[in-house]
Amino acid sequence: MKVLDRRKMLAVNGVLLVLLTLSVLSCTLLGPVRLDLWQALQNLSAVNPDAEILFRARLPRVLLGVAIGGGMAACGVVLQALLRNPLACPQMIGVSGGASLGGILGLIFFPYWLLPIAGELLGEISWVPLAAFIGALLSMVLIYRFSLFHGRLHPYHLLLSGVIFNSIIAAIIMFLNSIVDFYQAQGLLFWLMGSLSTRAYLTVGFIWAYIVFGFLWLWTKGLSLNLITLGEEAAMQLGVETGSLQRQIFVASSLMIGAMVSVSGMIGFVGLMIPHVMRLIVGSDHRLLLPASFLAGGIFLCWADTLARILLAPAELPVGIITAFFGGPFFLFLLYREGRKLPV
Amino acid sequence: MNSAIRTDNLTFAYKDQPVLDGVSLSVEKGEMVGILGPNGSGKTTLLKIFSAVLTGRGEVKLNGRNIQTYGKRELSRLSAMVPQESQILFPYTVAEIVLMGRSSYHSPLAFEGEGDLDVARASMELTDCLSFADRYLHELSGGEKQRVIIARALTQEPQILLLDEPSAFLDLKHQVQVFELMRWLNRERRLTIVAALHDLNLAALFFPRLVLLRDGRIYRDGTPKEVLTEETIEEIYGIKVRVEQDTSNQKPQIFVRPSGL
Repeated sequence: MKVLDRRKMLAVNGVLLVLLTLSVLSCTLLGPVRLDLWQALQNLSAVNPDAEILFRARLPRVLLGVAIGGGMAACGVVLQALLRNPLACPQMIGVSGGASLGGILGLIFFPYWLLPIAGELLGEISWVPLAAFIGALLSMVLIYRFSLFHGRLHPYHLLLSGVIFNSIIAAIIMFLNSIVDFYQAQGLLFWLMGSLSTRAYLTVGFIWAYIVFGFLWLWTKGLSLNLITLGEEAAMQLGVETGSLQRQIFVASSLMIGAMVSVSGMIGFVGLMIPHVMRLIVGSDHRLLLPASFLAGGIFLCWADTLARILLAPAELPVGIITAFFGGPFFLFLLYREGRKLPV
Repeated sequence: MNSAIRTDNLTFAYKDQPVLDGVSLSVEKGEMVGILGPNGSGKTTLLKIFSAVLTGRGEVKLNGRNIQTYGKRELSRLSAMVPQESQILFPYTVAEIVLMGRSSYHSPLAFEGEGDLDVARASMELTDCLSFADRYLHELSGGEKQRVIIARALTQEPQILLLDEPSAFLDLKHQVQVFELMRWLNRERRLTIVAALHDLNLAALFFPRLVLLRDGRIYRDGTPKEVLTEETIEEIYGIKVRVEQDTSNQKPQIFVRPSGL
C-alpha cells in the first residue's frame, strides 16, 4: 500500500526547491546583456553597471515571477478543489476582473496633481497596483455576497457569479477602451496583457508577503482540501466544517489573486496548467500537491519570463505568449502519456 | 439507557415540499435496522439528517446528546455514512480514499501514522479491496468502488454505520457479500447499523427490524414478518405480490405477480 509519507514529501519538495534556486540564479544571470556575477558583487553601488542591472532590474523581476507563478499555481490547485471543477483557474472567480477594472480606472484617472506632494510612493509604479488591489477587494466582497446562501458558500454559485462578473467587467473595460484617447488605450492594452517588469523591491515585498501568508494559510488546509474534492456532504461526514473551510479558501485565494493581478496583470495558463501537471506527477494529495505546485509554478514562470525577455531582445514579449505557447504543448504531451490516470 | 439514535417528531421540507413529516424513531445501541419505502419516501433524507448533513425540525439525539452539539470531527468518529453514489473528480488511489476515513483521528497537519494505516488495512481486508489498494479509484468497477467506500466508512471506526442503498450497483454475489458484512459488523463489532434498502427480500433475510416509510411517515415498524405482508406491499408499492415463508429460516420472501401473467 503506497501512501504519502514524510520521506516522499521531503524528497519531492526538496528536489523542486533545488531546481527553483538554480532557476532563480540562472534566470537572473540570463538576459540580453551579458553580466559577470563576480564583477557585480565587487561593488554594489549604482556606478557599477553589472550590479545595477543584476540587483535593480533582473533580480526583483525574477523574484516577482517566482511569487506570481507559485501563487497562481497554488490558487489554481485550491480553486479546482473548492469548485470541484478541473477547469477552474484563478482568472475565473471574478476577483481578477475586479482587479483589472481597478487598475484601468487607476491608469485613466491617474492623480497627476498628487505627484508633487506624494512623489515617489504615488509614482506610476504603485498607484495603479493600489487601485487594482482595491478593485480586487471590492469585487471579492461582492462575489462573496452573491454566492452566499443560507450561510453557505455554494461552489456553483461561486463559479457562475465569478464568470458572469468577469464578463460584465470585460464589457466595461472594452467600453472604457473605446472612449479614451489613443495613447491611453495603448497603455490599457499593455497593462491588461500582463507583465512582470518591476524595479521596486517594495512591490516585490508586498506580493511575497501576500503569497507567503496566503499559501501557508491554505497549506494548513491540505487534508481538508482532499476531503472537499469528494463533495460537500462526504466532506462533512468525514469531519470537515465545510462552511468555514469554503469561506477561508475563498478569502485566502482571493487576497492572493487580487495582489498578484494588481501588480502583474492577467498572466494566464500557470494557474490552470501547473496543478494538472503536478497532479499527474505527484498525485492528488493536497498536502503534497499544494507545495509542489507552488514550487513548480515558480520555476515555470521564472523561465517563461526569461524567455520573454531574451527571445526578441531588446524588445520584450508579453509573458502570457510564452506560458501558453511552450506550456500548452508540454501539457498535451503529458496528457497523452499519463492521461489514463485521469478520471473520465 | 441512551438510544444510539432517537428522533422526536422529526420533520423536513425542501422549500415547502415536505419530505419527512413527523418521524419518531428510536434505534438502540447494537441494533440493525433497515429503512424501506418507495423512491421519494424520505429514506435518504432521514440518513442525511442522522449524519448531520441536513438539519430538520424536531430533536435528533445520538447517544443521548443533541446532534447539533457535536463538532464535525467528533461526529465523524461516532458515525460513518456510505452514500448512494460517490463522484470522485480527481485521481485518487484506493488507499488514499480509504485513509481519508482517518482524517478526524490525526492532526490536520500530520501524516497518517502506523496505527491509522493498520486500521485502513484491516478495513480493506474486510471489504476485500486490499489487493487493489494502489489502483486509481476511477479504474474500478461499480462494485469495487462501493466496497472501497464501505472500507473508508469502517476506517472511521464508527459506533453507528449509516448506509444508503449500499448494494444498489452491485451484482448478486456482491450484494449478498455486503449484507453479510453488515450482519457480521453488527454481531461481531457491535456496530449499530441503519441502512436504507430497496431489495425487500435481502432486507427480510438479514435485518431483524424493518421500518417502512411512506410519504415521510413511518407506516410500519417491526420484524420482517410484521412489516412485509401482502396487504402492506400492495398498499405501499401498488403491485400484487405473494409472500411466503422461506422454509429454512422462517423469513418472509416476496414473489412479484405481474398483471397479465
